[in-house]
Amino acid sequence: MASRPLAIIAALAAGGLVLALVLGPVAAVLARAGGWGSLGPSDWQALRFTLWQACLSALFSVALAIPVARALARRRFPGRGLLISLLGAPFILPTIVAVLGLLAVFGQNGMVNVALRGVGLPAFSIYGLHGVVLAHVFFNLPLATRLLLQGWLAIPAERFRLAASLGLSPWAMLRTLEAPMVLRIAPGAFAVIFVICLSSFAVALTLGGGPRATTVELAIYQAVRFDFDLGRAALLSVIQLALALAAGLVALRLGTGGGFGAGLDRMVTRWDGRAGLSRAADIAWIALAALFLLTPLGMVVARGLPGLVQLGASSWEAAWNSLTVALASTLLCLLWALPLSTRWGEWLGLVGIAVSPLVLGTGLFLIVRPFANPLSLALPVTTLVNALVALPFALRILRPEAEAVRADYGRLAQALGLTPLAWLRLVLLPRLRRPLGFAAGLTAALSIGDLGVIALFADPDRATLPLQVYRLMGSYQMQAAAGAALLLLLFSFGAFWLCDRGGRANADT
Amino acid sequence: MKAISFAAGCLFASTALAQEPVLTVYAGDYVVSEWGPGPKIEEMFEGRCGCDLQFKPGDLLPRLLLEGDQTEADVVFGLNTDVTKKARESGLFAPHGVDLSPLTLPIDWTDDTFLPYNYGETAFIYDTTRLSEPPTSFAKLLDAPDDLKIVIQDPRSSISGLAMALWAQAVFGDEAEDAWRKLAPKILTVTKGWSESYGLFTDGEADMVLSYTTSPAYHIIAEEDHTKKALIFPEGNYFMVELAAKLATSDQPELAQDFMDFILTPEFQQMIATGNWSFPAALPHEDWPEGFKELELPSKVLFYSEDEAAALRDEAIEAWRRGLSQ
Repeated sequence: MASRPLAIIAALAAGGLVLALVLGPVAAVLARAGGWGSLGPSDWQALRFTLWQACLSALFSVALAIPVARALARRRFPGRGLLISLLGAPFILPTIVAVLGLLAVFGQNGMVNVALRGVGLPAFSIYGLHGVVLAHVFFNLPLATRLLLQGWLAIPAERFRLAASLGLSPWAMLRTLEAPMVLRIAPGAFAVIFVICLSSFAVALTLGGGPRATTVELAIYQAVRFDFDLGRAALLSVIQLALALAAGLVALRLGTGGGFGAGLDRMVTRWDGRAGLSRAADIAWIALAALFLLTPLGMVVARGLPGLVQLGASSWEAAWNSLTVALASTLLCLLWALPLSTRWGEWLGLVGIAVSPLVLGTGLFLIVRPFANPLSLALPVTTLVNALVALPFALRILRPEAEAVRADYGRLAQALGLTPLAWLRLVLLPRLRRPLGFAAGLTAALSIGDLGVIALFADPDRATLPLQVYRLMGSYQMQAAAGAALLLLLFSFGAFWLCDRGGRANADT
Repeated sequence: MKAISFAAGCLFASTALAQEPVLTVYAGDYVVSEWGPGPKIEEMFEGRCGCDLQFKPGDLLPRLLLEGDQTEADVVFGLNTDVTKKARESGLFAPHGVDLSPLTLPIDWTDDTFLPYNYGETAFIYDTTRLSEPPTSFAKLLDAPDDLKIVIQDPRSSISGLAMALWAQAVFGDEAEDAWRKLAPKILTVTKGWSESYGLFTDGEADMVLSYTTSPAYHIIAEEDHTKKALIFPEGNYFMVELAAKLATSDQPELAQDFMDFILTPEFQQMIATGNWSFPAALPHEDWPEGFKELELPSKVLFYSEDEAAALRDEAIEAWRRGLSQ
């Protein structure tokens, strides 16, 4: 490829920035602490629980996503595009909002228990390990589904055409076309979700039911905000990083195997799965997923509507702040992700979500402090950190297709002597349009919903919407908080939908 | 591009605003919201000081300790006795120099550095329409039927949760772990902070929530709802007080002193009850706002000095963790 040396330089710069942004703050915290802390017995317990729940959550999310994504890939029905977009919404909700939505469905007085009681059955309690896993599946099933769905859509239509003309049975088609794709995509999806769940904190605590459900992130929170034991916080965050990188390495080794070669970007038409049984199964999977994911969202909307009118100017300002931060971090994240969309780049990108936001915030605070007032940098820092945190998702979405494009068209581009810019403009970007739109939408939405580092850097005039939700709740304004949460949902979903839609224009999905 | 210039604009806006003297007050996050006491404090104080009071919300102590003597803060607003030992040891604070005789706290307060502005006691809040015969003591709560569901806060991540662990330690002493074990089946869940717990309670998810004796006042005054009540235990409820302090490094020592003097004035104290939904620290009972006067007050308050609390803290949290981990 003509752009080889330039691509390498860009990748090195982008990767170096990731490492500097993650390791720099950890080192700053460590330097300030004057050395590593030590771990107590409750930390080991927290570590065990963290690993166990993250494994289960990632496993269930990916396993359930396979039939749902397959059903969505095979079926065409009105509203399918909207449904696919909507299914992405839980992932971008701030934890507290999503948990309250889940509780409205599965809680003590939720719809499920009211129904159970109505027919005289014993109530179901959501609190405990199963509640934590349920919530994590609610958050991450949509992400896994979208990642797998992309894999399905990346199989060129010509392959299905060929399979149909050869008269392959659905089973044979699954074995030859679909299973290899799933084996290629699933480990990466598992790794990303595993790492997200590693740093879970509020969900695990609220639904875990008690101190047995303590995660490492809570121990970090306690060390930073309560004990001011920065050495222990640094040690715990390095352990968390190491676990994430180990998970990433495993996924990297497992998720090998090439793509399917180039196609002519025809519409995928499927001749399989027209039999009654597989049709019914697909419909059931789609309906179940929609019910599971959309009911709690509906509850968030229902609870938030009365609160919308109570929102004052400060909530709208917070919304504006969130939007501008989101726009800036989305641009930054995409620029950052493009050169890193390789296997190793993706692995490196994982550290962005693996590092504890508290340690990241504290470290950045320490680094910025000698040069500027950290408070006046609240929004730029939030922008940068949001881009960093969204990077692994963007990479997971972009990498498989970016690699496929390089493999399929790299030689042709070299033969034609394309300049790097022409390669980007004519080949890479147009082919990445769909994943780029999805990645941009996800980044914007994640950024709007993020609370992240702003706690240490907060500034009264520059609150973001999630912070505003907490402030309102802290002042007994539960209804206004529900309204602000709905605003948050609307904004992040709107941003997601706009970007995702833009990326999918003219694409048959 | 717009976002970047917006961010840059914010940057300049905050550095260029320095015509009149600025008093920088670090405060807890809930203080500055439009529903918190911050905007009222700002308005009242600016009316008398000819200065610009700027609240900087966020984490109080971690931020101060990180900044050390480089801190910009002139005053901190919202510390709590569980952290005052660490705060005092940092040597960052100056004596407040305020006459403490107007204080009306249920305990004696002689601290010359940390000045109380409001207080409350930890208490379990319940809804009288759902629970007609609530337990009448802490011991009876432990023996209550297991279908009575309570939400509490984690003592490792929340101030009120830590107060609760110390409360149990004060009531049950060495038996605290057993007490938690007996309470365990009734604990629906544990949340990171007060907001999540209270949200679960008002959503009807739990029968009771760990909060403060002053919480019913919010429902009475703002919602005219008299059904939320605090359980007053004969064993005593744990005393919690919020404190302000002046930084020794302040570049506006006179303004900072004015602010400290302002805190115990009737004007401030009248406002803080409904501004922060807690008992004013220096206001006779007859001057309290209406809704507050009808609240039941504990006849006995439990309190650990900062040294006792620091010494018992790990033990109390461990008793909580082991008792609930069975």
